[in-house]
Amino acid sequence: MFFNSFEDLWVMSGHGAFVWSCYGLFVGLLALNVWHSRSQRAKALKQVRAIARRVK
Amino acid sequence: MISLDWRMPRWFHQMGSPKWFYAWGGRLQPWFALAALTLLGGGMIWGLAFAPADYQQGNSFRIMYVHVPAAILSQSIFVSMAIAGAIGIIWKMKVAFMVARSCIAIGATFTAIALLTGAIWGKPTWGTYWVWDARLTSTLVLLFLYAGVMALNQAISERQTAGKATAILALVGTINIPIIKYSVEWWNTLHQSSSFSLTAKPTMPAEMYAPLLLTVLGSYCLFALLVLMRTRTQILQTQSQAKWLTQHPDIEGV
Repeated sequence: MFFNSFEDLWVMSGHGAFVWSCYGLFVGLLALNVWHSRSQRAKALKQVRAIARRVK
Repeated sequence: MISLDWRMPRWFHQMGSPKWFYAWGGRLQPWFALAALTLLGGGMIWGLAFAPADYQQGNSFRIMYVHVPAAILSQSIFVSMAIAGAIGIIWKMKVAFMVARSCIAIGATFTAIALLTGAIWGKPTWGTYWVWDARLTSTLVLLFLYAGVMALNQAISERQTAGKATAILALVGTINIPIIKYSVEWWNTLHQSSSFSLTAKPTMPAEMYAPLLLTVLGSYCLFALLVLMRTRTQILQTQSQAKWLTQHPDIEGV
């Protein structure tokens, strides 16, 4: 590791807040996108199943 | 009249069939998911904890490993959206319009990430979160373009018409892409010029460059995964009456 301790990794000689918030935004917003895609699919699947049942 | 009936490979026309796209997309999805997770996870951990600090910027330069892929993808996705839209118009391909529609939210997300992480990076580096310089302003315009494309796409309920209108706006909007790219050369900007390319020789040492390569490639894989997911959902929404779908294991299996 580049840093001497996890404390150092967290603080990053004063830049920690900037760096960690950027990584948080990147992961958070993209995870939100994956979650939204999955929930849309679940909703659509439910609808198609309902239609398929009615046709039978 | 120019004939647009060019000879295209068979897979091209097959991908235009919702049934084929649904099947192949489903098969490819897990691989893109695995690749995205591995590349992004590996690149981010490497960039955060193992890459050496920059001699000028110190540790704040680690923001590069998420900012640069987000910025690259924000532009690639816009171009992909325009190309998919053009394919939809030329070959009258419904699935291509669906792909273009899938791109909108994903592209807007990456653009928002690029702007936000750029602002946060600006504070320790330039002493300010925001300046109205050419690179930042043209990227903000890109976010507005995504918003416009999304509004237009959702305003028209008939999918074919919506697809065509969206494609034309996306094609016109791509004029902004070279403006973003060359903004750092055409105008005096605070933003530094490009230091990364997938094809050119790296301008930074390997131990700094490698994590960036991983996060860029990982972002492309995540983009592919999200496009497949969203397009397959649109196929579900529009093909709900189709026999192949109602008899599909995804529907019958439960």
